[in-house]
Amino acid sequence: MIALIDYGAGNLTSVRKALHEVGAEVQTPRNPAELDEAFGVIVPGVGNFRATAALDQAWRDAIMGSIERGRPILGICLGLQWLFQGSTEAPGCEGLSLMTGQCDRLEGSADLKIPHVGWNALHFPRASRLFEGVEEGSQVYFTHSFAAPVTGDATAVTTHGATFASAVERGHVFGVQFHPEKSGDVGLRVLKNFLHAL
Amino acid sequence: MLSKRIIACLDVRNGQVVKGVHFEGLRNAGDPAELAARYNQEGIDEVVILDVTATIEGRRALADTVGAVARRIFIPLTVGGGIRSEDDAAAAVDAGADKVSLNTAALVNPDLITTLASRYGSQAVIVAVDAKWVNGRAMVYVRSGQTGTEREAVEWAREAASRGAGEILLTSIDRDGTRQGFDCRLTAAVSAAVPIPVIASGGAGSLEHFAEVFIDGRADAALAASIFHFSEHSVRKLKELLRSREIPVRL
Repeated sequence: MIALIDYGAGNLTSVRKALHEVGAEVQTPRNPAELDEAFGVIVPGVGNFRATAALDQAWRDAIMGSIERGRPILGICLGLQWLFQGSTEAPGCEGLSLMTGQCDRLEGSADLKIPHVGWNALHFPRASRLFEGVEEGSQVYFTHSFAAPVTGDATAVTTHGATFASAVERGHVFGVQFHPEKSGDVGLRVLKNFLHAL
Repeated sequence: MLSKRIIACLDVRNGQVVKGVHFEGLRNAGDPAELAARYNQEGIDEVVILDVTATIEGRRALADTVGAVARRIFIPLTVGGGIRSEDDAAAAVDAGADKVSLNTAALVNPDLITTLASRYGSQAVIVAVDAKWVNGRAMVYVRSGQTGTEREAVEWAREAASRGAGEILLTSIDRDGTRQGFDCRLTAAVSAAVPIPVIASGGAGSLEHFAEVFIDGRADAALAASIFHFSEHSVRKLKELLRSREIPVRL
């Protein structure tokens, strides 16, 4: 069973549906203790970084405990940003600090709209389990205004004005800035690859 | 580089896809879930279900239609038409919609934009603006393009964005159903005025029209219905043409 964390940041119907499509058994734990039974954790979410504050210390402890037991975690969109130390979107609101760096706002211009909405290409600086079978340059669906910096943890980068980390991986901690549940066959493949990491 | 999006609109009445010419004279063009799945295979970037059902009984069937479509495709799905309240939006989202499109209701009650943006995020809220040129001014029309208002399209789009809309769906009433091409002047004016993406709609009659609205109209996405429904033009062919014009697309 995969634990899909619902902390009120957006609707989870699409994520749940896509996970069912690739054969995952999904549950939404009502309290942190229920994470004990999960083989893996998915933290989705859209909107303001401050929404992650709903994941209080008990949830953070449970999620960190799950990671320490070797269970894979996948952060999607805001969930990826939460893996970092924080975001300029919500100063003082701490991320999990599993990745080093702060998330920051993408800079727009007359020809560059923010939020970054739509299909954009993934480029792979190095191999990743998450992108096995996914071609360089494949396009996936994004919708966000803030993004994570490109560090050694980046397994995919995407450019919208600036270049940002569209996926990160460290050990069994994974994050994707795009929405695999809305990215057609490529997105379903990424979710399938995550299931293989379980 | 961010791709320009091609969006298929399914006008749905009582669970069946129809397409109006000037919002009238509807003709049947198939089952929504079948059609959506075909578009998905062809490489459409998003699907919009626009509910044009007149009756309350028919509206209740919308959730079933949305659910049936959402089970078949894993790309963004928007529901519009008849979203008048937070409850209507919640029903659409619960059925599987990723975004809702507000039209008349947003103009009557602009707070609804903000309410839905804080509940689901701005990315889930599209404000549909139906516009028509009147004495050289692009004016907003409501109630399926039948009723004029005192609002100018550019000014209303700007307000909608500042209230939390994530995208503007801009329909030219003058061009809708005419197949004469998108209204590039209108689209460029709105696109330049708002920081959020603008989806151009109304008037697609040839593949060339899409290239025009992306270049001259500065649109971020283009929406069409009947041009795709009868397989006159495939989505793939359209995208190949756009790519040959150096317009970024997902192929």
